[in-house]
Amino acid sequence: MASRLLLHLVLLLCCAPLLQGVIVKTKALFAGRVGAPLLQPYRDLARLFRKGFVFSRTTTWVFRAGPVVGLTVPLLAALLIPFGALPAPLSFEGDLILFVYLFALARFFTAAAALDTGSSFEGMGAAREVTFSCLAEPTLLFALIVLAKLSGGLSLNSLLGPHLTTAWRGPYAAALGLILVCLLVVLLVENSRIPFDDPNTHLELTMIHEVMVLDHSGPAFGMILYGAALKLMVLGALVVRLALPWQTGSWFFDALVFVGGQLLLAVLIGVVESIMARLRLVRIPQILIGTTLISIFALVLVLR
Amino acid sequence: MIWCIAAALLLSLSGVPGLFLRRDGRGGEGLACLLVLVGVVCGFVGVGAGLWRGGEDLFTLPWSVPGGELALRLDPLSAIFLLPVLLIAGCGAVYGLGYWPQREHRDNGRQFRLFFGAIAGAIVILLTARNAILFLFAWEIMALSSYFLIVTEGEKEETRRAGFIYLIATHTGTLALFAMFVLLEQASGSFLFPAAASLPAAGATAVFLLGLFGFGLKAGLMPLHIWLPGAHAAAPSHASALMSGVMIKTGIYGLVRLTSFYSEIPPWWGGTLLALGAVSGIFGVAFAIAQHDIKRLLAYHSVENIGIIALGLGLALLGRSFDLPALALLGIAGALLHVVNHGLFKALLFLSAGSMIHATGSRDIDSYGGLLKRQPWTGICFLVGAVAICGLPPFNGFISEWLIYLGALRALDSGALTVQMAVLAAPALALIGALALACFVKVFGIAFLGEARSAAAAEAHEAPASMRLAMAPLLVACVWIGLLPFTVAPLLRQAALAWGGQEGAAAITTILAPLLWVGLYGWLLLALVALVAWWLRRRARRAPPPEATWGCGYLFPRASMQYTASSFADGLVELFRFGLRTERHAVHLDQLFPEPRAFHSHTPDSVLDRLLFPGFRGIARGFTWLRARVQNGLVAVYLFYVALTLFVLLLLLTTY
Repeated sequence: MASRLLLHLVLLLCCAPLLQGVIVKTKALFAGRVGAPLLQPYRDLARLFRKGFVFSRTTTWVFRAGPVVGLTVPLLAALLIPFGALPAPLSFEGDLILFVYLFALARFFTAAAALDTGSSFEGMGAAREVTFSCLAEPTLLFALIVLAKLSGGLSLNSLLGPHLTTAWRGPYAAALGLILVCLLVVLLVENSRIPFDDPNTHLELTMIHEVMVLDHSGPAFGMILYGAALKLMVLGALVVRLALPWQTGSWFFDALVFVGGQLLLAVLIGVVESIMARLRLVRIPQILIGTTLISIFALVLVLR
Repeated sequence: MIWCIAAALLLSLSGVPGLFLRRDGRGGEGLACLLVLVGVVCGFVGVGAGLWRGGEDLFTLPWSVPGGELALRLDPLSAIFLLPVLLIAGCGAVYGLGYWPQREHRDNGRQFRLFFGAIAGAIVILLTARNAILFLFAWEIMALSSYFLIVTEGEKEETRRAGFIYLIATHTGTLALFAMFVLLEQASGSFLFPAAASLPAAGATAVFLLGLFGFGLKAGLMPLHIWLPGAHAAAPSHASALMSGVMIKTGIYGLVRLTSFYSEIPPWWGGTLLALGAVSGIFGVAFAIAQHDIKRLLAYHSVENIGIIALGLGLALLGRSFDLPALALLGIAGALLHVVNHGLFKALLFLSAGSMIHATGSRDIDSYGGLLKRQPWTGICFLVGAVAICGLPPFNGFISEWLIYLGALRALDSGALTVQMAVLAAPALALIGALALACFVKVFGIAFLGEARSAAAAEAHEAPASMRLAMAPLLVACVWIGLLPFTVAPLLRQAALAWGGQEGAAAITTILAPLLWVGLYGWLLLALVALVAWWLRRRARRAPPPEATWGCGYLFPRASMQYTASSFADGLVELFRFGLRTERHAVHLDQLFPEPRAFHSHTPDSVLDRLLFPGFRGIARGFTWLRARVQNGLVAVYLFYVALTLFVLLLLLTTY
């Protein structure tokens, strides 16, 4: 139990910023540049944590609660989800709902912190963030229902258990493929990546997540960046486990498969970001509703 | 049981002594508040003693009214509905001392106290009554008292209209209930409530439909919610808290009690409730997002939460129909806990909204802004209520939604496709939750954060001590159920078994076991947040003095440049355009340097303002037309009517 907890936390806390570095590097290679070193995100975080704060006169304690909850939630959610074949250290019947709602809690406080600045840019970002996640949330639930139906259990450990290897060869492979696509879309939306949101854009009017955290500075901003990296890895664990459901039997190789999967996912995100343009804001709800329909179709395939 | 009767009497009569005291003195309201509090304590003792004795507590008296004896009984099902009634009545009475002092409301202060007590007492009787006539008696006292609570400020046109719509709605519902109880009497042979699972399902269709209409109208299920937004907005805040928190739950109580009578449940009952629940939930919250009036917004959230409760009840009914105890018990346990939870957090939200209204004199969200600095306690109460109503951990809303989610997912275990379809309740609940989150980020952010949007908000004051004191127990209860959910598990277990039969006794213990983990996770979350927050606070101590928010280079930001409630909601309102049909009043800007222009949007209720009003107006016009044709003033035609009547009468005479 304790060793599993430790392994989970070490994997999460150490590898998460690396994935950001891999995404940036992939994009740079696609654009024909050398790009920042892979370990640059660690240096950025270290620099931010050394810096001081700047606060606005308008803000209250809610402004600081945003980064705090944003960092805490992915940490706690990570304890519920298996990392590849490494089972989750804390697991109980029905933890999948807690997993989904923990991220909703983080969204509540991040958006509230954005509104606390009184700036209309951040209000805009907060409004977009809560609107688009209304459309992503049912998709995630449909995907989890499909997994629950296939596994017969209601904890993430059993949902993402070893039965997935056989399920991919069985009659439900099509449904699994569909929800894999859906989960990838949810991952991109929730982590504000292209084509839904551009983390590197320079115009506040078009941003979603970046504009919400515009006024944070120093360690608080570091916490936000670190929290975002952790969130990418925790939600990515869903996709990685579904795509690579191998069970080697040794914890070392299991961890290796998991980290390798995460790196592949990061490269994939980098490729998507390089070859796609950002969608117009009015298109985003249409794509998300389309994804929900795909996930409903996957559910229909398994309900019979 | 004697304690509960004492509680009902004390509560009902609490406003009476005040009638003989001065209209503008403190004595009357102090005495009324004291009587309510004593009544509440009696009630808690009665409920506690009843549960301690295994929850069977019967009280009967011979009665001269036809239809059997006067019977009152307290069982776990009644108890779970009674607890929030007592708590919210007590909190409301104390809150009223600061919010609606008789000195400032000489015209209606005493009237308000009288009916506030009467409605609380009537609900206590209603929830324990075991005789249909007594039940209807209490039902009517409750309905009429709440009418008088709604029209407290009867000098306003809007209030009188809301009260009138409520009066029509509630009596239409009562009419259906009269018919339902008569049919029930024919099935069981007495006006006494039959024992649980004692009636056959044959011939129950009419009873269920009448019950669904009558009770659904009180509860505010979606197409029947017409009275709710106006009434909750018009009443004073602590009356809204009592009505939204507990009065509408009597409709749910009626449905729960009614379905417990039958030994077998047709599958379409559960299906109907699931469909109604999903519609109420999704459209309730969609309408809420489009509102600018904080109390109307909260009222639409009541529709949403009644929808969530109906989802749980629908799952439970399906579980009963198909003999799936896990589904039935999770559904009913979730629905019952959500009844309690909604009572707690909705009362908390209405009371903190009342504190904002008290401080600024407005119900418009866009005229608040930055209140957290001036009303820190109200702000914390509202924030906890908001997090709880969105169903987020670690507060109580999460626990009950979690149970309903698990119930929906348990539907997958069944082999029948009809039951498996019930799993769709889970994504519906996810959509409701995400929309509720958007709505409460909007309200909390616009009202409490940022800069003050009006002069009144800039000079707002914190609520007086009596109002803050009244919110504290509700706050504690919300946090309690969220962090120690296993403490309510025994009560839930008893109530679920009282409804669904004893055969699930073993199943429910394992079903409720993970509550321990959920509670533990709440503590873990709080501890970690506290740790990180402490570290951040320590680091932030060295921060330079605060500056103005960065305005993209613009140096003269004004409060009116902040994002408003309607701009925040615009994206979602646009998505639900097909149901909401928001009216936008904007002027097109065509020159480069236009004159100041105004924009406002308004979302009328689709059922009431777009369907019922035009519909009834059309019917009225049709009858006027018909009357003008029949009564046309020509003597010959009148003679023709006389001849026609004579002819028909003769025809009837010869046939029989």
